[in-house]
Amino acid sequence: MANPDRTLKRVSRPVLSTRFAAVGQTYGAALALLALIIYNIGFTPFFLNPATVNSNLTQVAPIVIVAVGMTLVIATGGIDLSVGALMAVAGALAPLIFLSTLLPANYPFIGIGLALLIPMLVAGAFGLFNGSLVAYFKIQPIIATLVLFIAGRGIAQVVTNGALQNFTNPGFRYIGIGRPFGIPFQVILMVGIVAGVAWAMRTTTFGRYVLAVGGNEAAARLAGVPVTRIKLAVYGLSGLLAGLAGLIVIAINASSDANSVGLDMELDAIASVAVGGTPLTGGRATVIGTLIGALIIQLIRYTLLAHGIPDAAARIVKAAIILAAVYIQRQRRA
Amino acid sequence: MATVSTEPSARRFTFNRARAASLIQRQGVLIALIALIAFGALRYDNFFSVYNIASVLRYYSMFGLIALGMTFVIMTGGIDLSVGAVVALGSVIAALLTPYGVLPAIVVPVLVGMVIGWANGWIIARLGLLPFIVTLAMLLAARGLALLLANNTSVGITLDPGFVWFGQGDLLGVPVPALVMGVAYVAGVILLRYSRFGRHVLAVGGNEEAGRLMGLPVDRIKLGVYTLSGALAALAGVILAAQFNTGQPTEGLGWELSAIASVVVGGTLLTGGMGSVGATLVGVLLLGLIFNILNFENGHGFISLSSYWQSVIRGTFLLVVVLLQNRLAQRRRS
Amino acid sequence: MEQSKSPAPLLEMTGIGKTFPGVLALQDVSLRVGRGEVHALIGQNGAGKSTLIKILTGAYRRDSGTVRFDGQAVDFQSPQQAQAGGVSTIYQEVNLVPFRSVSENIFLGREPCRWGLIDWRRMNREAAAILDRFGIQVDVTQPLLTLNVAIQQMVAVARAVSFQSKLVVMDEPTSSLDEQEVATLFTVIRQLKAAGVSVVFVSHRLDELYAVCDRVTIMRDGRTVAERTMGEISKLELVALMLGKDLSVVQRSGTTAFSDGVHHAAAELIRADGLRQGHRLQGASVQVRAGEIVGLAGLLGAGRTEVARALFGADPVDSGEVRLDGTPVHFKSPRDAIRAGIGFCSEDRKTEGIIPYMSVRENLTLAVLPTLARRGIIARDKQQALVDQFVRRLGIKTSGPDQPVRELSGGNQQKVLLARWLCMNPRLLLVDEPTRGIDVGAKGEIQALINELADAGLGVLMISSELEELTEGCDRVVVLREGQTVAELPHATVSQAAIMAAMAHGSAAAPSEETPHG
Repeated sequence: MANPDRTLKRVSRPVLSTRFAAVGQTYGAALALLALIIYNIGFTPFFLNPATVNSNLTQVAPIVIVAVGMTLVIATGGIDLSVGALMAVAGALAPLIFLSTLLPANYPFIGIGLALLIPMLVAGAFGLFNGSLVAYFKIQPIIATLVLFIAGRGIAQVVTNGALQNFTNPGFRYIGIGRPFGIPFQVILMVGIVAGVAWAMRTTTFGRYVLAVGGNEAAARLAGVPVTRIKLAVYGLSGLLAGLAGLIVIAINASSDANSVGLDMELDAIASVAVGGTPLTGGRATVIGTLIGALIIQLIRYTLLAHGIPDAAARIVKAAIILAAVYIQRQRRA
Repeated sequence: MATVSTEPSARRFTFNRARAASLIQRQGVLIALIALIAFGALRYDNFFSVYNIASVLRYYSMFGLIALGMTFVIMTGGIDLSVGAVVALGSVIAALLTPYGVLPAIVVPVLVGMVIGWANGWIIARLGLLPFIVTLAMLLAARGLALLLANNTSVGITLDPGFVWFGQGDLLGVPVPALVMGVAYVAGVILLRYSRFGRHVLAVGGNEEAGRLMGLPVDRIKLGVYTLSGALAALAGVILAAQFNTGQPTEGLGWELSAIASVVVGGTLLTGGMGSVGATLVGVLLLGLIFNILNFENGHGFISLSSYWQSVIRGTFLLVVVLLQNRLAQRRRS
Repeated sequence: MEQSKSPAPLLEMTGIGKTFPGVLALQDVSLRVGRGEVHALIGQNGAGKSTLIKILTGAYRRDSGTVRFDGQAVDFQSPQQAQAGGVSTIYQEVNLVPFRSVSENIFLGREPCRWGLIDWRRMNREAAAILDRFGIQVDVTQPLLTLNVAIQQMVAVARAVSFQSKLVVMDEPTSSLDEQEVATLFTVIRQLKAAGVSVVFVSHRLDELYAVCDRVTIMRDGRTVAERTMGEISKLELVALMLGKDLSVVQRSGTTAFSDGVHHAAAELIRADGLRQGHRLQGASVQVRAGEIVGLAGLLGAGRTEVARALFGADPVDSGEVRLDGTPVHFKSPRDAIRAGIGFCSEDRKTEGIIPYMSVRENLTLAVLPTLARRGIIARDKQQALVDQFVRRLGIKTSGPDQPVRELSGGNQQKVLLARWLCMNPRLLLVDEPTRGIDVGAKGEIQALINELADAGLGVLMISSELEELTEGCDRVVVLREGQTVAELPHATVSQAAIMAAMAHGSAAAPSEETPHG
């Protein structure tokens, strides 16, 4: 504005200071990540070694993929505890499909295609189930998703009878161990999903609606936002992405164990979202922040391990970082 | 003085219906438990055997203890996700302290649990962070501490007969852990029903603002419930170590969510303000018996349901209860 | 001002002043309440009643003035302290714990104990005795929520009285009570009075004031404007004082930015007949033609907002018919109404209007997004053009379209919300108190804008508590009273006196005899 008047001047000071805080907050996580990287380049041998980079990124990819869905759910003011269990469901289904004798043996791609598609759709359907409990029955998200947290892994175990399923299907394993241009395939997937969802949050009606529902549900409804559909969509998407992450994990391991696939994933995902700067109260979300949050947690763990500090201690540090991140956000809100 | 008549018939009507609704809700779970016990007793020969009853009680006493603490936390409108990890931490500390005698091995873990719970409560009440994220961070920290102390493996106990008795012994034919649980529940009932603290817990959960206006020490009440929850979780950890002769840093995974499920099945509102200690115990036993019955059914030989069905059934059960409570609540509102 | 009856009143607040950052909330306010007196405190929203009450009950601290209570100068630091000092408050929303029993709610925080354990028998017995004093017999062991709202209010009163209060402040205690429940409450108030307890009674229902109050203090714009004996003031006078109108000179001066004149109303746009919804709407009817501004008047609680929400599909109605262009419509959600070209600018900006953390751009275009997007992707340039256009046209003062809307002033937030609806080019706009709580400059701009829009063919239904807005801005004024349409005044006959008469008595005719009930 060319001619700022009195009113503008009066509001511009708090604006500047909150802007400053906002900048510090957004880039705070990024700066912390940068500091971690610089520290490691300086003090951790072989940190920039492609093998190290790849292994760090490979480990973080499933967490990020799940956490992206979690970011959307949290942006609407919800939470999804079922993601780990849904990973197990998808992980249990896929081998059953491509190892199935019902499929035509001379067209292996059909089997692989179905083994990728069906488990993800099933996980997505379970996500929709969560969403309908939240949107139609108005059950608190934590309880609504607790149902599948408990039952979901059980379903996976029942389907596989709790047995470890080993397989050597190279076509399927590509999503876990493929290395186009030397980059792990799941890292490409991760980057694609993060970029895609971040883009969608900024440029699509869906993204605006997600934030509107979390920011002020009553106002959003009065402005014509389809609140119920949006809630269904975010939980469905969260399930779908959890399904994909489950497939990646079993593809890496060449085996599917319903007892362990995705265990504790809900905690890692929520932690990444919180550290990344998305408040658990909803209304704001940063997908890139979630990626940064997951990378920070991963790198801290790596750094501590690389310097001989046990994994257990890394958990304590992780806890402290989560609390600090949430506390800083709260300060900003006040 | 004139007696004011306020449509006595209409009043009695709403009053009766609400009472009937709460009766069905509370006793419904008890009826289900009795039905399940009757079913088991009629169908399986050894179901009512002393051995079976004792072993069920011995194992589920641990869940009973953490669910008791969780009941108090949830009644204030909060949640405690750290209990499963505190169980593990308690078991490790207890095992490490067995060389120094029974008393330290029992008392010190409980004290540590109290400190952790107190820290939860302090951060929640004083810094105003969400219980969900605070106790999630504490989950990570307590688990990390347990693994650190235990050096990532289970810790054998010094076979002190007194300590072993605490987990495996009987007193007057009743397993000691079951007795501990029984005493805790009796104390819990008295605390909730006959102490100011208990009534204030319910008042704060029912309407925190009103509680403040009435001059209740809201912060102190919150500190109290989280401290209690931490102490009971650590006590469950002591029993775990005494029962299995080891401190197990990786045990207790997801126990917090099982405890929440028991509390919700027992009819305690997750939004706070209403709950029953006795009903939580019924919820714990009900969810525990489902596993027991499945075992018997498999032994019976007619059908073979893998033990994995238990979590599917538990999840379904939780869903049914939550939907039922939701309908009752909606009817009451209209 | 008249002398109060008793020479030494129980409560004497004088010269009370209170400033919030940037706002002068109270200025030289006084309130005198005698012993055993029921004293009405009235005024429009924003007149400063609740601020005054909060100062009295210790929730706020005053900046200036003195408070004498029971012969002593007092300075309560908290509601608890005020309670201990003999001042209890009953809030509009029952501020008790719904799941807990009646006796617990009365004794919470000071439960009778024996050997450290709560003595339930004694607690229940004493609770029953306290309620019995008011002639209320209920099962005190039942959860509060199983009782009707009136009894819940009674429990709050009982709690207050059991603290040996000398003064009970009731902040709109009747707003959620039905007629019979109000009667019960009044019985209790009269008993308090008989026992020498004073009551400060806040209500917007004039009949109630006459039924139960002895004297009245009227506030406007943070000042005390009058203190009268109830028997010596007519309802019309009361309304006039509250709104700041001189009865003899109700003139049509240009105090608003509306052009004083009839628009060229065309075909009927929307028509609602006999809307009913619980006891909030009991036969409300309204119609709006394209290109006219219809005012919707009524006191608080008359059902104005409910009518607008029903038209917009935000709340379902029990019965009644809504016709759009002559064909019956049933909007299941606001989304349907928006598709049909209706916009609704709600009264409560904070809870139902703005999405605080979203930017001006996103807030402004939230309702219009479906038409800005192709396959779900928002056309950024179109969006930006629209935002620029409306920021300019409405003169929204913002550091840029990316500024979070919560950082804007109230007037500018309101403009953003108006723009949210205007940018979808609606046929009908429902506006609920469009100028409340915003500064004079912005107020005039918004009024001029609404006027200009109606000239361009938009149908407007405007809810307002400001009589000038209604008389000067509207082609017709529909007056609601207790959920019912009681008068429809065309521009030619509309006057502030006529509106006030309809709000007070239910018809636009000159006041007949007063008929207090209760």
